[in-house]
Amino acid sequence: MAPIISVQNLSKTYGTGRKALNGVSLDIMGGEIFALLGPNGAGKTTLIGTICGLVNPTGGTVTVDGHDIITDYRAARELIGLVPQELHTDAFESVWDTVSFSRGLFGKPKNPAHIEKVLRDLSLWDRKDSKIITLSGGMKRRVMIAKALSHEPQILFLDEPTAGVDVELRKGMWEVVRALKATGVTIILTTHYIEEAEEMADRVGVINHGELILVDEKSALMQKLGKKQLKLHLDAPIDTVPPQLAAYDLALSDDHTKLIYTYDTRAEHTGITALLGDVRAAGIRFHDLDTSQSSLEEIFVSLVRA
Amino acid sequence: MNWRAIRAIYLFEMARTWRTLMQSIVSPVLSTSLYFIVFGAAIGSRIDQVEGVNYGSFIVPGLIMLSVLTQSVANASFGIYFPKFTGTIYEILSAPVSFLEIAVGYVGAAASKSILLGLIILATAGLFVPLHIAHPVWMFGFLVLTSVAFSLLGFIIGIWADGFEKLQVVPLLIITPLTFLGGSFYSISMLPPVWQTIALFNPVVYLVSGFRWSFYEIADVNVGVSLAATFGFLLACLAIVWWIFKTGYRLKA
Repeated sequence: MAPIISVQNLSKTYGTGRKALNGVSLDIMGGEIFALLGPNGAGKTTLIGTICGLVNPTGGTVTVDGHDIITDYRAARELIGLVPQELHTDAFESVWDTVSFSRGLFGKPKNPAHIEKVLRDLSLWDRKDSKIITLSGGMKRRVMIAKALSHEPQILFLDEPTAGVDVELRKGMWEVVRALKATGVTIILTTHYIEEAEEMADRVGVINHGELILVDEKSALMQKLGKKQLKLHLDAPIDTVPPQLAAYDLALSDDHTKLIYTYDTRAEHTGITALLGDVRAAGIRFHDLDTSQSSLEEIFVSLVRA
Repeated sequence: MNWRAIRAIYLFEMARTWRTLMQSIVSPVLSTSLYFIVFGAAIGSRIDQVEGVNYGSFIVPGLIMLSVLTQSVANASFGIYFPKFTGTIYEILSAPVSFLEIAVGYVGAAASKSILLGLIILATAGLFVPLHIAHPVWMFGFLVLTSVAFSLLGFIIGIWADGFEKLQVVPLLIITPLTFLGGSFYSISMLPPVWQTIALFNPVVYLVSGFRWSFYEIADVNVGVSLAATFGFLLACLAIVWWIFKTGYRLKA
């Protein structure tokens, strides 16, 4: 399948001399949910801004469905809906008017039925006649999503979509995103909430200091980089890790009732068999054990620190 | 052309006009009425005719121009500055629209408002002084050209401004003096010779002169020159707007 967005060697140096993007190359496939992770100032917003036309690139090219974003910007931009990170909304317009305005701006003929559907999906229908200034922050965020969806884009950029949104609404937004994906819309989101990427994304890209450190399938990424923990629930608490087990990467839980063994799933030998044998030899008895996979967040932190 | 986008921007801006009807229409009409009372009735009664036209009537074209220029610049600059200030400009920049379409939408709305305002002031003036319009079509033509040219200028100022202060400074420090010194209240021929020459560098002289000619067939400069100067100014503004969107000056990072 040909990528719907192809970023080639994209660079951006701001007037201040700050390099926000440093030779980023990335292909986004049609219909996928791609999560862009990275610490503040990593270049996530600059990357999105460049693709959407808010930032002039210093070098490199971007094509959207084969259309260059500079020379063929109309065709490229028509396909894209953008929800920026900051809450930028009109104040005195009604929800209905502002969303209809967006549709017109993108050159689409009026379609009240579509606007109604978008507003209903985002639970904004009963506030359609309210002035935006009277809405809560979460509602304003949804108004921005409604504006981005007003012209039926094939690609949706969500820059920190759930910042400042309560848990229930966040879940609701995830459902909207999934429903969009089901209709074939490609979604690129940046997020602070790693669980959001973990929950939603098909692929994950990690960006830091303007460089794309890694792009991979979420599941492959977690498998590749994931550490696992084995917890042994002890019959009786112990004071310290016995010296004969010192060779293992072991820790004792705070309440001294669990031995925690961290191992790498990528390693050829996880060492579990040997560990269990040595635990037994040390005379430690346990009544239960469980294993847990490290979260994307831990993977992410270890990557960014590296 | 993305006509739907032009329409969307235009209607959006016009909706703002209707929402702020008081400050957009009522206050300029009120201040113009005050001018008529002060200059037309009170002081004007002591001034004889100027070039064969009674003073109250003589200042009508100048007064309309004064309001149209100020309001064109104020409206158009605010119209584009406000989305920059609130951040909603992101949507315009990410939309499939060209610089021309954006400018036509914003400037068209600001100019429409100015034209409307000019006609309202004209009607108001009719209540105070006898009016005679020798060339109504030319009168309207000059009104439209001036509204568009100065709305373009306002649009440029709105993009250039990075604070509300700058938004105020240009109209206050440049437009108002140029208009007052542009022959709104007098004929350039009433000035000392040196100042007559200096006045020819003031673009507003050409606007007011041409506009007044369409009323009373009296002009400080040839009407053809007026027309050419107005067109030239408009083209210069268009070129600047084109450059702004080409380079993303003050719009794109």
